Amino acid sequence: MPDDLLRLDGLTKAYPGVVANDDVSFDIREGEIHALLGENGAGKSTLVKMIYGLVKPDKGSMTLRGKPYTPSEPSAARQAGVAMVFQHFSLFDALDVAENVALGMENPPKPRDLARQIREVSETYGLPLDPSRTVGTLSAGERQRVEIIRCLLQDPKLLIMDEPTSVLTPQEVEILFETLRKLKSEGTAILYISHKLEEIRALCDHATILRLGKKVATCTPSETTARAMAEMMVGSSFASPAAKAKTPGEGLLRVDNLTMPAPGAFGTPLRGISFELRAGEVLGFGGVAGNGQDELLLALSGERTSQRGTIWVKGADVSRDGPVERRAVGFLTAPEERLGHAAAPNMSLTENAVLTAGRRQRLVNKGFINWGRADGFAQDVIKRFDVRTPGTHVAARALSGGNLQKFVIGREVAQNPDILVVNQPTWGVDAAAAAAIRQALLDLAAQGAAILVVSQDLDELMEIADRFGALNEGRLSALRPVADLSIDEIGLMMGGAHDMEVAHVAE
Amino acid sequence: MDLSNINPILLVASIMISATPILLAAIGEMVVEKSGVLNLGVEGMMITGAVIGFIIAINTGSPLLGFATAAIAGAVLSLAFGVLTQIFLSNQVATGLGLTLVGLGLSSLLGKPYEGQKTVTLPKLDIPILSDLPVVGRMLFSHDIMVYVSLGIVVAVWAFLKHTRAGLILRAVGESHESAHALGYKVIRVRMLAIMFGGACAGLGGAYLSLVRVPQWTEGMTAGAGWIALAIVVFASWRAGRVLVGAYLFGGITVLQLNLQAAGMTWGVQYLSMSPYLITILVLVLISSNRSRGSHNAPANLGQTFHATR
Repeated sequence: MPDDLLRLDGLTKAYPGVVANDDVSFDIREGEIHALLGENGAGKSTLVKMIYGLVKPDKGSMTLRGKPYTPSEPSAARQAGVAMVFQHFSLFDALDVAENVALGMENPPKPRDLARQIREVSETYGLPLDPSRTVGTLSAGERQRVEIIRCLLQDPKLLIMDEPTSVLTPQEVEILFETLRKLKSEGTAILYISHKLEEIRALCDHATILRLGKKVATCTPSETTARAMAEMMVGSSFASPAAKAKTPGEGLLRVDNLTMPAPGAFGTPLRGISFELRAGEVLGFGGVAGNGQDELLLALSGERTSQRGTIWVKGADVSRDGPVERRAVGFLTAPEERLGHAAAPNMSLTENAVLTAGRRQRLVNKGFINWGRADGFAQDVIKRFDVRTPGTHVAARALSGGNLQKFVIGREVAQNPDILVVNQPTWGVDAAAAAAIRQALLDLAAQGAAILVVSQDLDELMEIADRFGALNEGRLSALRPVADLSIDEIGLMMGGAHDMEVAHVAE
Repeated sequence: MDLSNINPILLVASIMISATPILLAAIGEMVVEKSGVLNLGVEGMMITGAVIGFIIAINTGSPLLGFATAAIAGAVLSLAFGVLTQIFLSNQVATGLGLTLVGLGLSSLLGKPYEGQKTVTLPKLDIPILSDLPVVGRMLFSHDIMVYVSLGIVVAVWAFLKHTRAGLILRAVGESHESAHALGYKVIRVRMLAIMFGGACAGLGGAYLSLVRVPQWTEGMTAGAGWIALAIVVFASWRAGRVLVGAYLFGGITVLQLNLQAAGMTWGVQYLSMSPYLITILVLVLISSNRSRGSHNAPANLGQTFHATR
């Protein structure tokens, strides 16, 4: 076809033990938004790294506007007109916006001219940004604007976006989409990577679906249902979690005007957070990353103790207690980062089980570990939560992200807590495993436990939570029943669009 | 005690001499740390520079040649550190400590035949007009060339980091090697160059001790100057200007306490001797305690091993 911008032909890349991409071929046309869909580990990242020149393919070829395209490094890709907005931002916290932009350009102009260009582009596309701000002080949405402007200043023919919306509020997503549609109308092609199906249906012209490194299907997203695309991604059908009818019981956890200073230079202070969590209820806290989620988890788990009288469990003040005392009264937490925070990477699953369940499951007696019981408990978790592992002796880091996530959540759920706080329970987990984890949380609530789910996945919170609150700059919004909330209202609760204007879309 | 024995003009002049070795070592280490590498081998590289510079100067009769060779020796030694930590991914702290031990041992081996000998030293410059100024002329403008070279390096490092693209890339590499790699910058190459610059500066600083300040070779003559240089970099919040302040403060108090002892101050000699270390660190801690522009200035990837996984 004459209007193909980039043609991928039989791209193959193998790493020791795994074939990341196996004979992948597809075309991206001029001025289209092309979606690349797939589960974590399906090979999306490796594929775009090949296009961006970070990884060399073992086999296969690429053709850009009819000419062979073999970028040996990112600067070659940038010169050929390929730009990329990274998923985990490729920004430098301690440097200012203009310096960050300059680092991503081949031949940056003088600092004064660059600052002027940044202002011009940011106004044209409705992405306000001050070139002299330090990036470490920006919100996630603003950081993404830095990345996008860095790309736009180079006038790309193809813009690669790797999961751009995972850190944005719904309003920010809308504005990003306006910007992308404007770019498309100006003839820029966009390769859009995501696993959020509704977004892809709203935005993209074509979709290519990868599974286990192979291209399994192509479709036109606007004519396909989200469920059909999800099943193409996963390769099988799976059940959606079902909540059981329940009536909330007595209040188990009360947080009373919790205020704490930020833990580090780029942390968020907590400001007057108050809420009550009742038995049998699932409370969901949403919000853009970096608005106090991690800090709230630290305070609730007891890693940072707060002022007296701020955290009450079943009528007793636990504010000054550490994690061990809180676990003893049935108040468990599962933090977000599974390698390094929720689990010790180099220790076996049994050892990791002892670390949090030692007291409650009586795996420790007079200071000695009962390895038999510990191993039994770990096996129990593995069986109940379908953790795929050769055995309990395996080091935590050897498990895939989704399997380890099932283990760290399962380890807490299996201890039958009265109160369970989880942060990002299904982050980086494939759809089927995510459904299993959500079901386990709902079952636990049905047995009378009180559950707080902190997550950036709004769909997840809508699915399992009874009441919803949003964290914004360390403050908690009023709590609202999920049943009568619209996605727009949630966006406003999350702090709206952080002083963004809607892009002026060219007619 | 007779304070009138202390001549303020000579005092300021000797402060500049006393501070120069530490200033050189510290500004070099600052560049290394800005690129995200923690090289604890400064002491070893300094003393290697001191002995090599001395040997070359005494055998050729040219102190400038001695300085040049000392810089090369420091760079070569640091290159070993660079190869081990950047290519073989060894632990930076352990490797740096090892480098110090190697430098100390190597220098006493090489320097044994030269102990107690005297060498030619650098001539004092006679700058037209400036050197003839009353008071300031003797204080500031009648030193050897290396004093001005060291100040020039400080200005050059400041300008390099602040105003050049290469300096920006170096800071970016120290700030987030993952991001820099994702943008296609050569993290290991940048760090190797920074490590070698740091080694060369430490070598120059060591040679200044054995060729100008003392000037002769004695075993272990750096006596912890390399460690003070390391401390100054941290407490100076990785800023060239503050490194200069810290080094001159340390040099100043060292000279002042020696003068006080010479003037007959009898009590607390031990306290006087430790005062340069205490006061320098105290002052720099106070400067860097301001949260907004203090210790948070540390390069985010300082001391972390980089390995491109992709």
